[in-house]
Amino acid sequence: MNLTNRSKVVTNKQMTFVESLYLPAIFAGMWITIKHVFGKKATIKYPEKKREFSEIYRGQHVLKRDDEGRERCTACGLCALACPAEAITMIAAERQPGEENLYREEKYAKVYEINMLRCIYCGLCESACPKEAIFLTKKTVDSEYYRQAFIYGKDKLVEPVEKDKRIDVTKRQTPEVLQFKKLPNERHNI
Amino acid sequence: MMLKVTIDGHTTEVEEGTTILQAARKIGGEIVPPAMCYYSKLKGSGGKCRTCLVKVSKGSEKDPRPMPKLVASCSTPVQDGMEVQNITSPEVLETRKAIVEFLLINHPLDCPICDQAGECDLQDLSFAHGADTSRFEEQKREFEQVDIGPNIKLHMNRCILCYRCVYTVNQITNGRIHGVLYRGDASEISTFIKNSIENDFSGNVIDVCPVGALTDSTFRFKSRVWFLKSMDVHRTCPKCSGKAVAWMSGNEIYRVTARKDEFNEVEEFICNECRFEKKDVNDWVIEGPRKIKRTSIISVNHYLNEKQGAIINPVDKKIEKPSEL
Repeated sequence: MNLTNRSKVVTNKQMTFVESLYLPAIFAGMWITIKHVFGKKATIKYPEKKREFSEIYRGQHVLKRDDEGRERCTACGLCALACPAEAITMIAAERQPGEENLYREEKYAKVYEINMLRCIYCGLCESACPKEAIFLTKKTVDSEYYRQAFIYGKDKLVEPVEKDKRIDVTKRQTPEVLQFKKLPNERHNI
Repeated sequence: MMLKVTIDGHTTEVEEGTTILQAARKIGGEIVPPAMCYYSKLKGSGGKCRTCLVKVSKGSEKDPRPMPKLVASCSTPVQDGMEVQNITSPEVLETRKAIVEFLLINHPLDCPICDQAGECDLQDLSFAHGADTSRFEEQKREFEQVDIGPNIKLHMNRCILCYRCVYTVNQITNGRIHGVLYRGDASEISTFIKNSIENDFSGNVIDVCPVGALTDSTFRFKSRVWFLKSMDVHRTCPKCSGKAVAWMSGNEIYRVTARKDEFNEVEEFICNECRFEKKDVNDWVIEGPRKIKRTSIISVNHYLNEKQGAIINPVDKKIEKPSEL
């Protein structure tokens, strides 16, 4: 019984004289090869040329600051809970008086580490975050010589304080989300 | 004399003097009204939060007229032949939704910071019965944080004024040292002198608090409850039963709480020494992992033994016998 009509019945029949020369088959094969030499290439010359990434590419994470330069993360642990690869760990600490310009809330992440080798870049941490603190960016993770170097701490994850060096993540937020954040009782998310 | 009562179509017989809430708890399941202020172990508690309101569609056998308004099931005694509607009544569900909104009016949205998150009654209640969004735009009331003694932290912002802690301190401990000051929307729980809670059982106010208003200072910001493994433990204690729950990660005990039953009520109150000072694993005899509901966030990312509902101990890969719940 045939499932499709494309199956070929294998036979042991004798080749004709032309077929036994193999030349037509060789030229037919070479024709395909030569056609691809002049065709559009599938690869690019990487360091000189770079591929364009999607605006919502999921690459290396960033820990955002708010408008006043305070860290948004409160070490609530929901990203670590949502993480299917268990790549995120954190240790929380209490904000001391006088540190109000550094941390947004009374609790902050003293240690925040993402193991970039474990991470599968699914973006669930971003969805889980109630404080709009963690986002995935277009930047890809740099290659390193040692596995230890892939455990990124706050020094690599938190974005710079300077306004012009901040990382823009508005493309990752849908218009609905941006509109929702303008509601008066969502002030804590602005 | 046994009284017959029907709640959402389930009939049971209870003794005279039983409240509707207790009768519903006897039946069990999803027809049990939620309770934020009522605590079966505390005399006089209940009647304040209004989350347990139910509809009495038939007063009793003698007087079958329905009750004119919704009644608080925690403080209404059962009458013979009474018929009660809880989740089968749209009126009750709508009222409950409004009550959650009222409770949340002055409750800050700081669950990401709060140590109670994950085991909070108000969180569960608003998830089950509350609205998705808040309509409250005004400024919420704000208080300074207070250290009540060295081990208890009071966040008055989060308090819903259920009075459970006040009853606990009045009834479990001797002497009245903790109460409610001021009136109306200005009222706040407090000790009369800031650091006066020195009683051996004062730590139980942390366990009875349905929200994160009273939390354990020794556990403050140490971890989140869903990262910890809860184990039934006991020790010989001269002051209390010594039966407790240790919240552990590896061999480290992060905090100790009393054991709670299915209605989130403490089974046996434990003393402050067990709660705050015994954080070494050698102080305790470990009985086994606690049974945790599959719907609880505490069970997330843990392997569960489906039959027994116990978390499998990842250290020795052995299925341990769960405690009776």
